[in-house]
Amino acid sequence: MAEENRKIVFICSKGDLDMAYPALILGWAALGYGIDVTFFFTFWGMDLIRKLRQDHLEIAPVGNTSMKMSMMGVNTGNLGIPQIMGVLPGMTAFATKLMKSKMTELEVPPVGEYLQMLVDAGAKLYACKMTNDMYGLTKDDYVDGVIGIASAADVIDMAEGAQIVFV
Amino acid sequence: MATREIAGKTVQVNDEGFMTEPSEWTKEIAVAIAKEEGIAELTPEHWKVIDFCRQDGVASGKSPTLRRITNQAGVSTKDLFALFPKGPAKKVARISGLGKPEGCV
Repeated sequence: MAEENRKIVFICSKGDLDMAYPALILGWAALGYGIDVTFFFTFWGMDLIRKLRQDHLEIAPVGNTSMKMSMMGVNTGNLGIPQIMGVLPGMTAFATKLMKSKMTELEVPPVGEYLQMLVDAGAKLYACKMTNDMYGLTKDDYVDGVIGIASAADVIDMAEGAQIVFV
Repeated sequence: MATREIAGKTVQVNDEGFMTEPSEWTKEIAVAIAKEEGIAELTPEHWKVIDFCRQDGVASGKSPTLRRITNQAGVSTKDLFALFPKGPAKKVARISGLGKPEGCV
């Protein structure tokens, strides 16, 4: 009897730059180990596969309790970025630029290139039907590599026998 | 540390089956491990990847990540996954006589 291959389905529901990466990184590791990988993008997670949004994901300092001054290379321990500063114009862009430069240092590719790499390695990408309809999108709004638009029931079917990771 | 015999040579391995002494590796060992991993024949394309991993791994002391292999050895992601199907990360490292890749990308 043939051994059933291990499967993982990643559900990506967030469109912030920091929340985009966990599934991409784990998915890549899984593919490297011969595991079947499927991504389902829903709600804000759709930004990862939308042509319009993919290159413009951001990380906002406002309301982010983990983002500290020390991240910016200032040795201030647990001192946070004052929320009032976070709302200043340019702060989100600044935090985003900082995170992107850290990722580049670690040779982590940008989201678009990362997804292409995952597709080339055999990952299957699907957009959420309900979100698609809510935003009034069509398949043309998505980057190459997205196989199609899947309903909740489709995802439940695809996930049969799989481990599910929700981000 | 455990040892095992591969292609007529006794080498040191860890409990996951990775060789722990890169200097004990030979081309014959690569061929034998590839067979264990389901790759019947190593073509020049396979050797391009393995040679790069040997060079990079011996110099740095660690297994290159898949991203490093595709960037530096000039092999596309698609080709790498076609040459070493069902899990190139582990297969390439084992065949090249290196440890499990530690990098995440």
